Formats: sequence, C-alpha cells, structure tokens
Amino acid sequence: MFRNSAAISLHLVGSLQRKKAGASLSRCLHQTLTMAKRLHARRLDGIDHNPWVEFTKLASEYDAVNLGQGFPDFPPPDFAVEAFQHAVSGDFMLNQYTRAFGYPPLTKILASFFGKLLGQEIDPLKNVLVTVGAYGALFTAFQALVDEGDEVIIIEPFFDCYEPMTLMAGGCPVFVPLKPTPTRDGELDSSSNWQLDPTELASKFTSRTKALVLNTPNNPLGKVFSKAELELIARLCQQHDVLCITDEVYQWLVFDGHQHISIASLPGMWERTLTIGSAGKTFSATGWKVGWVLGPERLMKHLYTVHQNSIYHCPTQAQAAVAESLEREQLHFGQPSSYFVQLPQAMQRSRDHMVRSVQSVGLRPVIPQGSYFFVADISDFKSKMPDLPGAANEPYDRRFVKWMIKNKGLVAIPVSVFYSVPQQKHFDHYIRFCFVKDESTLRAMDKKLQEWKDELGA
Amino acid sequence: MSLKFKNAKRIEGLDSNVWIEFTELAADPSVVNLGQGLPDIPPPLYVKEELSKIAAIDSLNQYTRGFGHPPLVKALSCLYEKLYQKQIDPNKEILVTVGAYGSLFSAIQGLIDEGDEVIIIVPFYDCYEPMVKMAGATPVYISLRSKPMDGKKWSSSDWTLDPKELASKFNSKTKAIILNTPHNPIGKVYTKEELQLIADLCIKHDTLCISDEVYEWLVYSGNKHLKIATFPGMWERTITIGSAGKTFSVTGWKLGWSIGPYHLIKHLQTVQQNSLYTCATPLQEALAQAFWTDMKRMGDPECYFNSLPKELEVKRDRMAHLLESVGLKPVVPDGGYFIIADVSLLDADLSDMKNSNEPYDYKFVKWMTKNKKLSAIPVSAFCNKETKLQFEKFVRFCFIKKDSTLDAAEEIIKAWSRQKS
Repeated sequence: MFRNSAAISLHLVGSLQRKKAGASLSRCLHQTLTMAKRLHARRLDGIDHNPWVEFTKLASEYDAVNLGQGFPDFPPPDFAVEAFQHAVSGDFMLNQYTRAFGYPPLTKILASFFGKLLGQEIDPLKNVLVTVGAYGALFTAFQALVDEGDEVIIIEPFFDCYEPMTLMAGGCPVFVPLKPTPTRDGELDSSSNWQLDPTELASKFTSRTKALVLNTPNNPLGKVFSKAELELIARLCQQHDVLCITDEVYQWLVFDGHQHISIASLPGMWERTLTIGSAGKTFSATGWKVGWVLGPERLMKHLYTVHQNSIYHCPTQAQAAVAESLEREQLHFGQPSSYFVQLPQAMQRSRDHMVRSVQSVGLRPVIPQGSYFFVADISDFKSKMPDLPGAANEPYDRRFVKWMIKNKGLVAIPVSVFYSVPQQKHFDHYIRFCFVKDESTLRAMDKKLQEWKDELGA
Repeated sequence: MSLKFKNAKRIEGLDSNVWIEFTELAADPSVVNLGQGLPDIPPPLYVKEELSKIAAIDSLNQYTRGFGHPPLVKALSCLYEKLYQKQIDPNKEILVTVGAYGSLFSAIQGLIDEGDEVIIIVPFYDCYEPMVKMAGATPVYISLRSKPMDGKKWSSSDWTLDPKELASKFNSKTKAIILNTPHNPIGKVYTKEELQLIADLCIKHDTLCISDEVYEWLVYSGNKHLKIATFPGMWERTITIGSAGKTFSVTGWKLGWSIGPYHLIKHLQTVQQNSLYTCATPLQEALAQAFWTDMKRMGDPECYFNSLPKELEVKRDRMAHLLESVGLKPVVPDGGYFIIADVSLLDADLSDMKNSNEPYDYKFVKWMTKNKKLSAIPVSAFCNKETKLQFEKFVRFCFIKKDSTLDAAEEIIKAWSRQKS
C-alpha cells in the first residue's frame, strides 16, 4: 500500500518541481502526498506488528475478567506507596535530572543488595545501570552488544520482545525449545517437566553466537531453572565464549519451596552475564517503569554508551521510591515481614485457586514453579471445537482466546505469541493466565467459569 | 580478552559524553553551577501537588497504554490542536517518550537508516550527532554564523544560516534536517522567513524535518515561536518534539512527546514498543493534570506558559548585563534559558591547564570552575570536530536559576573583574 502512494507522490513531486505550483495547489497536493522515499529505517522491518495491541483492545471492549496482561490489580505494599509519596513531596530538586546511569541512593542499594545475593563485589558506579523497566534494560543490552549477523540463542517459549529486539539490533535469533516430557495419566503437568535437550542446546552454539537469553522464572511457563540446568547453560556459554543476558524479573515469585538461582552467581559467569531486574514486578508497581542491569564493567560500559545516547536519564522520583523500598526490604530480608516472603506466599494461594478453578471447564493447567503465570492446555477444546472463527492461518489458541473473551468473559493470552513462527503450529494449544490478581478478580473469574461449566453441562 | 565482549559497531566512538565530564566537575557544592540546563527553582506548586495527590491513587501504579497514557495524549492533543490549528489524533499522531531525548532517539531510530544523510545545524544540542551516527547515518553540518556587530548589542537573531550554503547541503541522500527552535545554546528563535527557507528545501528535496521545540514557551519580548509543521507542505514531513521537563520545570520527570502525521509517528511507535514499551504512569497522569490547569487559562498572566518566560526574561537581562559589565561579550538570546558569551577578551591565564589539545573553551571552563568556582559549558561541546574552532571562544551559561544562585554568580564575576582592573 505504501509503495503505491510512494509512486504517486514521486510523480506529483516531480510535476510540482517542474510547474512551481502556487501555494494553495501545493497545500492541496501536499495534503495527500507522503514522502516518495522509503520512510522507515530497515531496522524496523518485520518488527512493527504487536500481538498485545489486538488482545488488549478486545479485553477493553468486552465485559471480561482480565487474566491476560501481566500486572497486578492490587496495590503495591504500603511501604512502597509511602516511598513514592516521600519522593514526590520531599526535596523539590527530585523533580530535576539525577545522575544519568542511576540515582545514587538506588544504585547504592542495588549494589549492596544484589552483591550479597550474587556473592559479588558490585560497584554502584560501574556495575549498575538503571533503566526504564526491565524492558528498557533488555533493549539497552541488545543495542550495546548485538551486532549485524550475531546469533542470539532464545529459549522457547520466550517473552515476546526478545525476538524483535534481536532483529532490531541486526542479530539472528536461534531458537531452542523447552519440551514437555509426558506426564502420567491423571497427573497435572508442571513447568519443571519442560526441559531443554542438552544435545540440542549444544548444537545451537556456533562461532557466530554472541549471546544466550535466559529467563528464569520463565514467562509464560513459570519454569524455575534448576542448578543443573543453569550449570549446563553456563558450561556452554563458557565453552563457546558467549554472553548471557538473564531476565530475572520474577525472581521473588517462586513457589513450593523452589529456589531462584542467578546464573551470574555460578563460577565463571559474572564476567559474561548481564542480570536484569524489575522494580515493577518486585514491588507490584509495574507503572513505575524502573528496571536495572547488573554486570561486569567491561560489558556495562557499552550499556552506558547506549543509555547516554538513547534516553540519557530515567525519572528521578520513581528511582527514589524504589531505593527507599529496597532499603526497607534489606532490613526485613528473610523475615516473615519481608514483602519478598509475603508476596510469593499470597500468590501461591492465588495460583492454586486459579489452577483448581480452570480445570472445572476442561482446561488443563501446567503448574508453574514461579512467575506471574501458568499456561493451560486447550487440546480438548481443539478437538471438540476445531473451527473457531479467525483468519486463514491464525493459530488455534488465538482464535480460542478471542472466542473465550467474547463468549465466556475471560481474557487470557495465546501462548503461540511466545513462540517463533515455525513453532507456532506445534504450540497452538496453550493459553496463558496471570494469577497475580486480587481476591475479587478471582471470585469474578470463578463466576464466569461456573457459567461456562453450566453451559457445558446443558 | 574476548572479541565477543566488544561493543556493537553502532556505538563505536560514541562513548564519551561532555555532560558526564562537566557535571562531575560542577558537583562540588562550593561551585556555582550555571552549566547543566536544569532549574534550581521549584516547579509550580500545583504541579508538585498534582503528583503528590496521584501518588495515592492505586490504579496509577500499574502499566498504562504504551504509546501514551490516555489522559495525557488527550491533553496534548487539545493543547496542540490550538497551536497547530488542526485536529490531532491523540492515538495516532502523538507518542509519549522518555523526555524529548527519548523522542529524538525514537525519531532517529525509526526514520533514519544507514547511508542516510542528516543535516545538523551547528552549534547543536550535543546528542544529535551521536544519535545520527548510531543509526548508521552521516551527519552533514552547517554553521550558524554571526553578522559583524559594529558595536551594537549582540543578539541571537544576528546568528543566521546562509541560504546558498544551506541549499548546498541538501541532496538525494538527505533523509532529514534537525531543527532546534528556540535554539540551544544560542537562544535563537527562527523567524518566519528562516523557517520558510528550510521548509522550501525540505519540500524540494523530499526531506523530513525533526523539529526540537523543547523551549517553545520560553520566548522573550518581541519574539514569537513558530512551528515549522504549520507551514504549507510541512505537517506530513515533520516530527515536532516537546518536553514536560522544560515546559513545567520538571526535568526529572523525563517525559516528552513527538507529534506528527501517522505515517511517521507509527514508526516511532514501533521503536517504542521494541525499546521500553511504556513510560511511567503516575508521572504521565500528573502531567496531564498540569496541562489541563494551564490550558484553562492560556490568556492569563498566571498561566505558567506566560509567567515562566516573564520571570526568565528578567534573569536573562540580569545575566546579559552582568557578563557585559565584566568584559565578556554575551549574545542576548531571544528564547531558551541559556546565554552564550565570548570569553576570549578576558584573556584568562590558562597555562596551568594541562591537555593542550582541548579547545580553548573547554580549558576555560575547567579553569573557571576550579579557580573561580563558577561552572558553565563550553560551546564547542555543541560542535562537531571540524567546527569546534569556530566556537571555541564561547561559553554557555544557564540562567533558569534562583536569585541566590545568580547573586552568587554576580559576586564571583564582579570580584573577577575587580581583580583584573
């Protein structure tokens, strides 16, 4: 469509130049002219489409219970809200720019807090970068280190931005799947059953591999990578001299006594790992958009360069609020009063509630070890109602979700969105639910499920 | 060690940054800081109060719409519809970004390709050059030049572009020109004729215009800020960038916006959805409220869009007078909150400043910071390598400072002049 209008405008621009059109004529022509040149940069090729836009739009149009997008519908903890209030009503100079790479009290607490967790001496001025959300951290890392032709290993299913970010940096995504191992009859699947095949993983590393993106706890599956699994990845990264970009935004959301392990804490990994975290997921305040990267100076300096040439500073007051909140958590660390203890306890209950509820209509959940989400198998629906409305090649899970929003009043996200195009046809039978929701939302969900169940019975 | 740990080519050579160096220098609390462009005056009370109120509203602690919080894009579209005299679609023709800096980045990443040329007017806000290079494009420079002064008062309007020279910079590879009006650091407010000249060339060569208008409200008596996007044929090829930080004296909120036709904005939106996805919610809500407050009283002297430039004009005149009184030759700005001055007449003894490869103004500022406890920014920091010599006698002072800061600067400058006489 654009190429046609470009051709027309090229013709018109040419004729204008020859005729020296008067002001009103040129205004009229220019109203409809678009530039003859190709407008967008090539780096945007293939990355303009965003599946979220469609589903968020639908969710807002129907009276549906939103279990789709990953954000809490309950408030952040009181101490965090207070921290924000302090930041916005305190020293008026907090309304002005702060240090570009991070508000000093925030980088200081990040360095001390995570230094302990990672068993590493972390310099707040050289090993820490504050970013606009973990999303911004990922972008900065890709832009700093991924070059034209570099390969980036991405484990499927993956948080959907890893692929376009790799492409925008000129890199080639190389996918490797987590594969479900078969469960016994009657047993619910668990995210721990989804595993990498070590031989397959090793085969993905080539001389062109620049980085591997790890996400633990994983979105959408909720898998918490075990020490053995991380050691496998670490061994391969070291063997092939590859960087590890590890997205650990859900590090506090782990259940059933599982342990989150940061790969940067394994021997030989600190010097080749960028560890990404999120205040939004840590303090249930996704709207603050504060994230961070921790890593060795020789990698961080390149992220600083991208940062100073892209956004330069992050908002000051949100950083101040996060600093105060982290300071509070440091004091309570490991104790029952810690938010990092209370939140996963509460969310485990929500998870269990939702996992139980969805089974009543024939959805088969995969129990997550961590994160905000679980996926549910919709194969039974696929065989009973294979012909749901949708575009010709539209994966089944997307058609199912649209149907479910319109007819059953529940929003989820189709898991094929988290897969590379070739894999989408193999993984079109799962939908993702977010359980980090208020009691009232879970009750509303139960009501919709009950109606659905009744309709099935009738 | 490993080649794999080397930076991506796109940022090769872009690691140094003038601000990092000079902010560190000025961080000493005994230094009177007229360097970096940030106000040390508080933002208006109602702006602070809005943000305070909002901190208590729960729903604003979670993600909002990626391309801009609905109440904010609505407020922006209402405000700018008046100024553009045309309807502006809040969802398709506006993008909210992390400061105007973020808008510049999104515009350049979205629209500028490897091999493109981008015209940059010297002196330039320093990020334009590295951003254009990071996009793989070639900056093409043209300098503002001053006409000879003949003892008259030096004004930013005396600095102009030579029309023939400007025309010679455009060719078939020229993807965009970056315009900054009011201009940082000179404070020039481009006139209708000057903008028409640029517009004609953009249309003739089918070039985009990225117009950085962060100081749009800071225009002094006898001058009017004009938007190039309102000129015939320009809306469809212009991205106009604005800043909450400069509009409401809240640089730390880091909110900016790009306004333009959908066929351009959509590419900036693509960059946004692949870079940071969304900006902070509570700040956007507070900004929306601040806009509504001032939009309701745009004709009023109380409206911040009117009161701030009035307040700053007084400070501008004070700074200009002060600099003149001590033998510096200031260029009185028509807009913005900076003033540049030729410091060469002071003939300061910079012999103890090492690193003789640095331009004169770099050495001067470092010497002045260290010895006079007054900081500023060297104007050659706003020049490319080849043009640094043209501007190395100039230093930039920021005057959006409280009276006590300007008093302290006055003390230093007067003492300095007493020393010399």
